[in-house]
Amino acid sequence: MAVNENIMGKAYPPVAPYLVGREKIREFAAAVMSQEPLHRDVDAARQAGYSDVVAPPTFPVVLQEKALQILLSDPEAGIDYSRIVHGDQRFDYSRPIVAGDELTTTLEVTKVQSLGGHTMVTSESRVSDAAGEHVVTATSTLVVRGDDS
Amino acid sequence: MSSRLDTLSVGEVLAEADYPISRDSLVRYAGASGDFNPIHYRDDVAVSVGLPGVLAHGMLTMGIAAQPVVEWCGSDLTVSSYQVRFTKPVVVDPVEGASLSVTATVGALEGEGAVTSALIDLVVTSQTGDKVLGKSQVVVAPR
Repeated sequence: MAVNENIMGKAYPPVAPYLVGREKIREFAAAVMSQEPLHRDVDAARQAGYSDVVAPPTFPVVLQEKALQILLSDPEAGIDYSRIVHGDQRFDYSRPIVAGDELTTTLEVTKVQSLGGHTMVTSESRVSDAAGEHVVTATSTLVVRGDDS
Repeated sequence: MSSRLDTLSVGEVLAEADYPISRDSLVRYAGASGDFNPIHYRDDVAVSVGLPGVLAHGMLTMGIAAQPVVEWCGSDLTVSSYQVRFTKPVVVDPVEGASLSVTATVGALEGEGAVTSALIDLVVTSQTGDKVLGKSQVVVAPR
């Protein structure tokens, strides 16, 4: 199975809105070994001027993961899940994510490039809040390894 | 407006920290992130796809690597962008586990007069001494 290079520029429909839970942020913060009070202490977050606990910088991967599932299950894309390696990752923030945010993620394939038998697929997952304002864009490059032959 | 960024100088080490990683850490991260790829918890699956063993999620390494800078930021500064390249896998032994060492160094300061953002370079090495992330940069700015 080969990656279809014509998916460059393809945009997928938005993922169903994701309500960011306080306990989900605490769970994620513990998993990345955070010692930062803003990620778990509501009083500390409010004293700092946030409405609730603040998500760690890589938290949008939870949203990106859901958006990527749509790309990976698209038969037109031809991406073999078992051959994927994560190449690079980037987050560009307009503002931090806080508990209570209702976020909508829309994924677009921005680059498909073949190199040395592998194919690099870059996608942008654009995350907006309930007011339609941009929160963060997660950019991910997946390396799809070529056939072993 | 002045901020703590004005006190920084290029080349200064901002923070250093070490993090032990066990198989328990991987299971916890799988649940928190929703990434249930079995190469992160099953030896037989990892070996069957040609890996040297069960690997830490790249995004777990990226998440941990940001923490020293996040904790330095406190409540008056915030991360405006963060990028990494995954260069070497982190193999997590079922008994011995693995470990990450993170060093955050000031790479560049932006702004005329007052500093408006700081680019922080992260060097992340595993227990084998390999650099596991490349082009690893956090940009922090006043809120």
